[in-house]
Amino acid sequence: MTTTVADPAEVVRPPAPRREVAKAWVRDRGVYVALGLLVLYNVATSEGFLSRANINLNLIQVAVTLIVSLGMAMVIGTEGIDLSVGATMAIAAVLMPDYMGYGLPVAILVAVAAGAVVGLINGLLIAVVGVQPIVATLIMLVTGRAMANVYSNGQLTEIFDPALRTLGTGSTLGVPNTALVALLLTAVVGVVVRRTTFGRRLVAIGGNLEASTLAGLPVRRTLITVYVVSGLLAAIAGVLYTARTGAANPGQIGDLIELAAITAVVVGGTPLSGGRVRILATVAGALLLQIVFATLTRNNVDAGYARIFQAAIIVGAVYLQRDRTAS
Amino acid sequence: MSQELAPAAPPSTQATAVDAAADRQSRIVGLVQRSAALIVLAIALLVGSVMYSQFAEVSNFRNILESRFSLGLIAVGMTFVIISGGIDLSVGSVMAVSAVLTAWSATNYGSVAAVVVPLAVCAVIGLVNGLLIARGRLAPFIVTLATLLGARGLALKITDEGTTKQLVPDDAWVLNLGRADVAGLPVPILFAVAAFLVGFVVLNRTRFGQSVFAVGGSEDAANLMGLPVRRIKVWVYVASAFLAGVAGMLVAARAGTGEVTLGQGIELQAIAAVVIGGTLLTGGSGGLGGTAAGVVLLGVISNLINLSDLPNTYYQGLVSGLFLLVVVVAQTLLARKKRT
Amino acid sequence: MDEPTVVIDVRQVSKRFLGVVALDQVSLQLRAGEVHALIGENGAGKSTLIKLITGVYQADDGEVVYLGNPVRFAQPRDAQAAGISTIYQEINLIPQVSVARNLFLGREPTGRGGLIDLPRMNREATEVVKRYGVDVDVRRPLRELATGIQQMVAIARAVESDAKVVIMDEPTSSLEPREVDQLFAVIDQLRQRGVAVLYVSHKLAEVFRICDRVTVLRDGRRVHTGPVKDMTRLSLIATMLGRDVADVSAHGTTSFSEEHDLGDRAPVLRASGLTRAHLLHGVAVDVRPGEVVGLAGLLGSGRSETAKAIFGAQPLDAGEVHVDGKQLHLGRPAAAIEAGVALLPEDRKAEGIIPGLSVRENIALAALPRMSRGGFVAQKQIDGVVDTFMKRLRIKASSPDQKVGELSGGNQQKVLLARLLCLNPKVLILDEPTRGIDVGAKAEVQALIDELAGNGLAVLLISSELSEVVEGSDSVVVLRDGAALGTLRGKDISEDRIMGMIAEAASDTRTAHA
Repeated sequence: MTTTVADPAEVVRPPAPRREVAKAWVRDRGVYVALGLLVLYNVATSEGFLSRANINLNLIQVAVTLIVSLGMAMVIGTEGIDLSVGATMAIAAVLMPDYMGYGLPVAILVAVAAGAVVGLINGLLIAVVGVQPIVATLIMLVTGRAMANVYSNGQLTEIFDPALRTLGTGSTLGVPNTALVALLLTAVVGVVVRRTTFGRRLVAIGGNLEASTLAGLPVRRTLITVYVVSGLLAAIAGVLYTARTGAANPGQIGDLIELAAITAVVVGGTPLSGGRVRILATVAGALLLQIVFATLTRNNVDAGYARIFQAAIIVGAVYLQRDRTAS
Repeated sequence: MSQELAPAAPPSTQATAVDAAADRQSRIVGLVQRSAALIVLAIALLVGSVMYSQFAEVSNFRNILESRFSLGLIAVGMTFVIISGGIDLSVGSVMAVSAVLTAWSATNYGSVAAVVVPLAVCAVIGLVNGLLIARGRLAPFIVTLATLLGARGLALKITDEGTTKQLVPDDAWVLNLGRADVAGLPVPILFAVAAFLVGFVVLNRTRFGQSVFAVGGSEDAANLMGLPVRRIKVWVYVASAFLAGVAGMLVAARAGTGEVTLGQGIELQAIAAVVIGGTLLTGGSGGLGGTAAGVVLLGVISNLINLSDLPNTYYQGLVSGLFLLVVVVAQTLLARKKRT
Repeated sequence: MDEPTVVIDVRQVSKRFLGVVALDQVSLQLRAGEVHALIGENGAGKSTLIKLITGVYQADDGEVVYLGNPVRFAQPRDAQAAGISTIYQEINLIPQVSVARNLFLGREPTGRGGLIDLPRMNREATEVVKRYGVDVDVRRPLRELATGIQQMVAIARAVESDAKVVIMDEPTSSLEPREVDQLFAVIDQLRQRGVAVLYVSHKLAEVFRICDRVTVLRDGRRVHTGPVKDMTRLSLIATMLGRDVADVSAHGTTSFSEEHDLGDRAPVLRASGLTRAHLLHGVAVDVRPGEVVGLAGLLGSGRSETAKAIFGAQPLDAGEVHVDGKQLHLGRPAAAIEAGVALLPEDRKAEGIIPGLSVRENIALAALPRMSRGGFVAQKQIDGVVDTFMKRLRIKASSPDQKVGELSGGNQQKVLLARLLCLNPKVLILDEPTRGIDVGAKAEVQALIDELAGNGLAVLLISSELSEVVEGSDSVVVLRDGAALGTLRGKDISEDRIMGMIAEAASDTRTAHA
């Protein structure tokens, strides 16, 4: 061949049609726009919205969901799912009262370690035995919650500890402590996902498991680590929730939080098909959900409708994010 | 001549020995998978009869079946869903919606409405599930997880957040569906048995049933073979929600009222029954015979837990969760051993 | 003589995917009672055209006229209902389900009350498959049968549906010579019944043997339609490639050079006794530095399984692999990579690229452990390596940040080759390195393989295009049913010899298998 004209198939693909571009834009930045609009709406309609008290209240409430969402974002990045996060929170919570006698740090350590163990079991079931993530973590959801109930006899246990109370309800430099913890964890997870080989691997595994295996990546180890991290983060969320309410409540803590976390992740632009982790957008997703529910509550929308509304948000967000990598 | 012949024995004889061993292993594993539920059930019955004198009484068995008819109905639908390669997590909430609607309709519009309204609403919920999954191409678990939430919201709304408890009027004939006996058996049990029988025939002896296997086995291939893949998937979810609706209606007819909290966690029990019965969660294979054994087995186990006196009620969830864990791990490992 | 009836009239159809033109105003007339060959290089648009006719895709422009009426099938189901049935190269049946059920899915014989008549279904299935030379218990799950037999079941299913049009996409890639004869007898019957057959193949010998007319596609355009008897093998190849007949006859169809000079170096890769029930039966392969060893065999003969077994990605019942004299820990791709073995997988999309990640991340993926410090990614080092390989392999992308999923097939393949090469391997296993890439990229990849072998790499080459194996390899191991039949070297390597060995082995073991 003497001509230098490039083969048509060789040419780098021209830009996708405009509709696709628009869709991709909504997927990637939609959450920020929606968050911005919702904040504007609230600023305009509610006088107290920008008050320090209201902002702190929202931050405190969102912190727990956000921390769980960070783990969920990583798990979903591997094309997995972790439905057991609420149960993990419950296990972490019920362990705390019994270990408060050894001091708060020990109690927190025990609780967080228990979360890691739950995550380890999930990870082993999924990566070594080969159980589907939904099934494995669904089993842990039920079994874990039952364990927490059996352990505590289903009783709410109040904890009176000044340090715990400060952690849960105090603030530093005007920012609630729980929000600071969430911020710190967000930063750590963000760096891990972006800068470490572990972060690269988990995204690769979610993008194409078979290819990652054939590229020699330590697939099992990476998956197990991801679920352990998710368990760890859920347990930390459980500790913070307990600190905030001053009581370990096995029946109620973390109920349906898996749905909130999945929604935050998906609303933030991570497809359930994996291969992508967007930490900042997940934060925006969690904030968006928080303000949506705060707004609904303020307008006296009843609980039944609120749930139907949340279901619609989940389906809508998943619908928008589906098939993004398929070409 | 530089063509070297393979040095070892002719490949065919070598091949047949290794292959035959693998085939034998596969057959044994397949047999274990299919009959695991029956074997464990037999052991559980034996253990029960030896340990507790009241276990083997007819009234106790009647109790076991009566406590599991709703699980049976739901497990029939779940078997279809899982064979088709999907999962339905919304069945518990759908059951609650149905129960609440039965009580509400019976109070306001009479017995006919008490049957028709809940079943219609549940079928519509199933239709929504099916359309989102088949047409919208969304993952079954996330869709049904969302409807789990939405249906629970609907049930809350109907009962004004659980504060209004509608009671079925004492003279409504719909109560008979829950409380009457026919041929010595409670009507709800007959419903469950009928669901299994009809389901069995549909699954094994109709084109629809065969197509469900095909869709779960390989959706792409089923599509290229010209099967109506989307329609099949929609119907499977409609059937699942409808059967959950029947279960909720019967529970309400039995209790005379509908509870918002009804059916929490029943999706996991139904999945458990299906998986114990040898239906693989990966889709494409399985059957209702095993599911039936699985349902009875779960009933017997929880009956045994009741007969023993464990300190608190939460052990029920713990034991069935751990049991499912063991079963799923065993089935997954067995499926890996079966390797053709 | 009457003008033959046109069954399918494809009029100037075009199809674009994300802006890339796959088919450009292609027309094709399929007549009743003819066997019409559709040929072209990889990426010429054959599959796309078939999928447009069978309702898998819908045309952007142009129309398909079927039996005189314009049609627009929304799904394969509609095309089948109208009488167009298709046999695919990748067997599209349900592996878990029995042979009989696969055969009758969607049109099972029904008896009382509209229920399926199982005994009748099994009886009829047994009769049907017998007509196709298959003698098995039809109640067995399909996946337990050999690939060739599965393909015959797929053929039986398609042909037995009373179709007016049968489309066959590379139907013989898993069939042995005897089974090919069986298929051609079936095609002859179809022709006599007035069925139109569209026969897609890259095996030109088959085209000359069975087809009446031929249509050639190149780069998404139709470049020729006419009677087969007016063409020669060389003129067909020249039309496919868009080159002069003289040029093709002088340089052959591939870009491989002559044999490599090996001296008497010891093998760097020694694999022996690779055994896995139903897949591999004691396969042995040796590759010396600088040598290209080809693995030849039909689809399902164990080519890819052998490759994956050596790389540790295929579980084995027995077998050993030595690299540089050291035994490899089997079952771990990471260990194989550590020892200097790299694998280019067969299916680029499913096993190779990670479409959502950038070119940079895809190239660096396997070498990440070597390009990191304390668990953190060494970005500068990666940038350097990626830049080197993008230039060396001439990877065309807007930047290293472009997503691999957006590249053409040829460039995706080069990205994967770069991923392997930055591991600095001693042994390169290439499974279908030129499948589904365009002519230009194909030549570049073939030249690269030559160059790498010249630099002393040991290469194990797998290709379903026999000509590629024949021209590119210094020696060829012939596989059938998961067993090595023998090795051909130097001048003994030819397509005829390879197919001859397979046919001979088939007739030897046929009785044992039945």
